[in-house]
Amino acid sequence: MADQEFESAITDEMRALIGVKGPETTSELTTTSVRMFARSVGYVDPAFYDEAVAQERGFRSLPAPPGYLGTPIYNPADSDPTFGGRRGGGGFRSPYPLVLNGGTDIEYTGEQICAGDTLTSATALASLNERWSGALGVPMLIQVSETTYTNQHGKVVAISRGTGISYPRPGD
Amino acid sequence: MTDAVPDQIYFEDIEVGDSIPELEKSPTSQQLVQWAAGSGDFYQIHYDTSYAQDTGLDDIIVHGALKHAFLGELLWRFAGPEGQVKRVQCSYRGMDPAAQGRESAQEKKFTLRGTVTRKYTEGERNIVELNIEGVRADGSVSTPGQGVVVLPSRN
Repeated sequence: MADQEFESAITDEMRALIGVKGPETTSELTTTSVRMFARSVGYVDPAFYDEAVAQERGFRSLPAPPGYLGTPIYNPADSDPTFGGRRGGGGFRSPYPLVLNGGTDIEYTGEQICAGDTLTSATALASLNERWSGALGVPMLIQVSETTYTNQHGKVVAISRGTGISYPRPGD
Repeated sequence: MTDAVPDQIYFEDIEVGDSIPELEKSPTSQQLVQWAAGSGDFYQIHYDTSYAQDTGLDDIIVHGALKHAFLGELLWRFAGPEGQVKRVQCSYRGMDPAAQGRESAQEKKFTLRGTVTRKYTEGERNIVELNIEGVRADGSVSTPGQGVVVLPSRN
């Protein structure tokens, strides 16, 4: 199918945000938060629930299951009730109201991530692209955000890349 | 019921093209609520049917990041107690429903699969790359991706 012509929503101001890191976020891992995450995925490995087992396996405390990079420290007085302030690419805001999660890519450096750790993260917009959605009949803006997580010892523990797809309400 | 801790597999035992043990999930509305609390994602399209329908969805859907975490568990189990998960990547190509009410969770079965695509040694680390995917009950793939794990050696 030929590509539909559409007006680009990407402005110079938006392009200027590529590579610019947003504010730092602090996230904590506790034994309870690791257990809650592990339970919600459905893990039955006792290493996520029993500290003695985790330590026998060589972990400092309960290890973070893949995908868990701590819970941002929040105060509902000034955090987003839906995502707790954990999404977004630096200062970037899409002009479109509807959002889909396009994908997740997390690379681990091999440093342990365990209960008791505090991670500092900063997110930068990595890329912006557009394409026409034939299914919805609207243009889609595809943003990739890259977040680097550093532990309390200053070591990078993970790099996460999230793809967000935003689009106008069909029919508007 | 799956084993809590699978037997350790070693780098030497793996060949390119091997399929790894599958992991079966049947996400329910209860699990999505547990995930909302565990992950901190409280978007209502994952637990409030009328909210989901107002945004144009047929019903509540499984969180993309939960599907990513399922693939993480697939790789965690494959890597075993002495292995390490290095990378979990996936794309969300389609929505996946969750079982609700009296509906059988089996109808919403979601299977995680993986196939070894490459194995190599980097320094002292034995690295295995895989194609991984989340598959719906009807056999269609909603969540393709790639994974990397480090495995121990028998030597």
